[in-house]
Amino acid sequence: MSHPVLTVENFSVDYLVDPVVHAVKDVSFELKRGEVLGLAGESGCGKSTLAYGIVRLLKPPAMITTGHAVFHSREGYDIDWGDLSPEDLRAARWDKISMVFQGAMNSLNPVISVRDQFEDIFETHRPEMKKKERRERCGDLLERVGVDRARLNAYPHELSGGMRQRVMIAMAMALEPQIMIMDEPTTALDVVVQREILREITRLRDELGFAVIFITHDLPLLLEISDRIAVMRHGEIVELGNALDLYTNPRHEYTRQLLASFPSLTGDRGSFVRGAMDDRLLALDAVSVGEEQS
Amino acid sequence: MTTLEVRSLVKDYRLRDGLRTSTLRAVNDVSFTLDHSRTVALVGQSGSGKSTIAKLLLQLEHPTSGEILLDGKPVARRGSGLAEYRRTVQMVFQDPFASLNPFHTVGHHLERPIRLHHPRMTNAEVHRRVLHLLDRVRLSPAENVAQRRPHELSGGQRQRVAIARALAPEPGVLIADEPVSMLDVSIRLGVLNLLATLQREEDLGVLYITHDLATARHFSDEILVMYKGEIVERGPADDVILNPRHEYTKTLADAAPNPERRLGELRR
Repeated sequence: MSHPVLTVENFSVDYLVDPVVHAVKDVSFELKRGEVLGLAGESGCGKSTLAYGIVRLLKPPAMITTGHAVFHSREGYDIDWGDLSPEDLRAARWDKISMVFQGAMNSLNPVISVRDQFEDIFETHRPEMKKKERRERCGDLLERVGVDRARLNAYPHELSGGMRQRVMIAMAMALEPQIMIMDEPTTALDVVVQREILREITRLRDELGFAVIFITHDLPLLLEISDRIAVMRHGEIVELGNALDLYTNPRHEYTRQLLASFPSLTGDRGSFVRGAMDDRLLALDAVSVGEEQS
Repeated sequence: MTTLEVRSLVKDYRLRDGLRTSTLRAVNDVSFTLDHSRTVALVGQSGSGKSTIAKLLLQLEHPTSGEILLDGKPVARRGSGLAEYRRTVQMVFQDPFASLNPFHTVGHHLERPIRLHHPRMTNAEVHRRVLHLLDRVRLSPAENVAQRRPHELSGGQRQRVAIARALAPEPGVLIADEPVSMLDVSIRLGVLNLLATLQREEDLGVLYITHDLATARHFSDEILVMYKGEIVERGPADDVILNPRHEYTKTLADAAPNPERRLGELRR
């Protein structure tokens, strides 16, 4: 469990617009085999850019200026994602690292059945696979996330939001990748469905042993599911530690602010909401005036 | 001083599947009272009928049976009575990215309701009011914000514009349908705190629709738990959350992220 599966070193991403936006600044971290690493931060802090950068999915004007993301395979060889040719990159994506995208509910193709979208993965990455075997495998994958295999013939609009999300997760697992990156996989779902999906992810992680990078702005949720948590702000990781330490003994001021910003269900924290107006609560969201004004 | 009362409200939708029709009872025999300066939270998962109730209260849908009473009088179906009802009952929508028109400035969004409800006001007065509203939702400098368009603001700032817009006609009841669920966790409490402050200042009755039990508990006086169109549990906020009696309330409470529980397990 202690060997790293991914090492990210001095990773920086700029958006080459005027003025240049430094979205990710000199980020380094290690992802251990089989662990769930939470990546927390507000909108616009660079957490999605970092994730997309790792698998080289960024399009111009985004540019990776420095740094590497090195993948350490289970079989004992290393791959630097920056050195791969476009052909190799295409083969390595989804096979080694797969992704559940933000708004995954809408990232299925609406005019193709779930079966065809599943089979597409195998046709691309496992061309030697027989048709019958492929069919079998697609059904198994769906059942693994708790969706009936008869649903393979369905089109995305015939499935509920939670089911579509499960289908996306099943697809991300299709090639048994060693890392799964999940970008806000449950934000559009209600709490009950969210809970089911999180249980599913934890169960599958225990079963298959993949590592997860879980990106969200919902810190209470991260505290529940992750082993370690990285808190990002303005493109930098300000604090990285295991969940328990981060919660009981936050070191960075910003982590403290984030921790104080959600109410507790059973405790007293949060009862100030109906107290006197506290302008400090909105200070994080103040209107900035200045150079950006048109 | 406004009281909104709902008595055994029922809403059926007809579903068609080819030639067959069936009815879906979205809201089944719901009654509650929304008093001035009190907050009632309506919690439940997607599809439980929460938003249908909001639509019924806003007169966007008509109930199949049951009645809605404003200060003891049934709602007028047309004319000035309905206009007056619409002024009194205002709404804050879930998605501040969709509820503001990207083409218009923030100032325009606030001017519209003021002009509609006070047709004789002069331009200078309207403008003063717009700035005053922006100040009240703590969007400063107001003069500057009024000229901006929605895309120049963050989600939390946009939602505050939406709140200012709802307050523009000086309502007595505010219906907030998941007002903070699209916002970053770090600013949710700030927006709720602002909403509670404005509620006190204006003596508003607030219906807070949400699936987040933690904020429902701290933000409201009374909680109604909805499941499949019916209210399965109701009571003072702390009672419902700390001693849930109905099975479904327990499921909801278990599903809510609760770091204390997990960390308790980790420590062991």
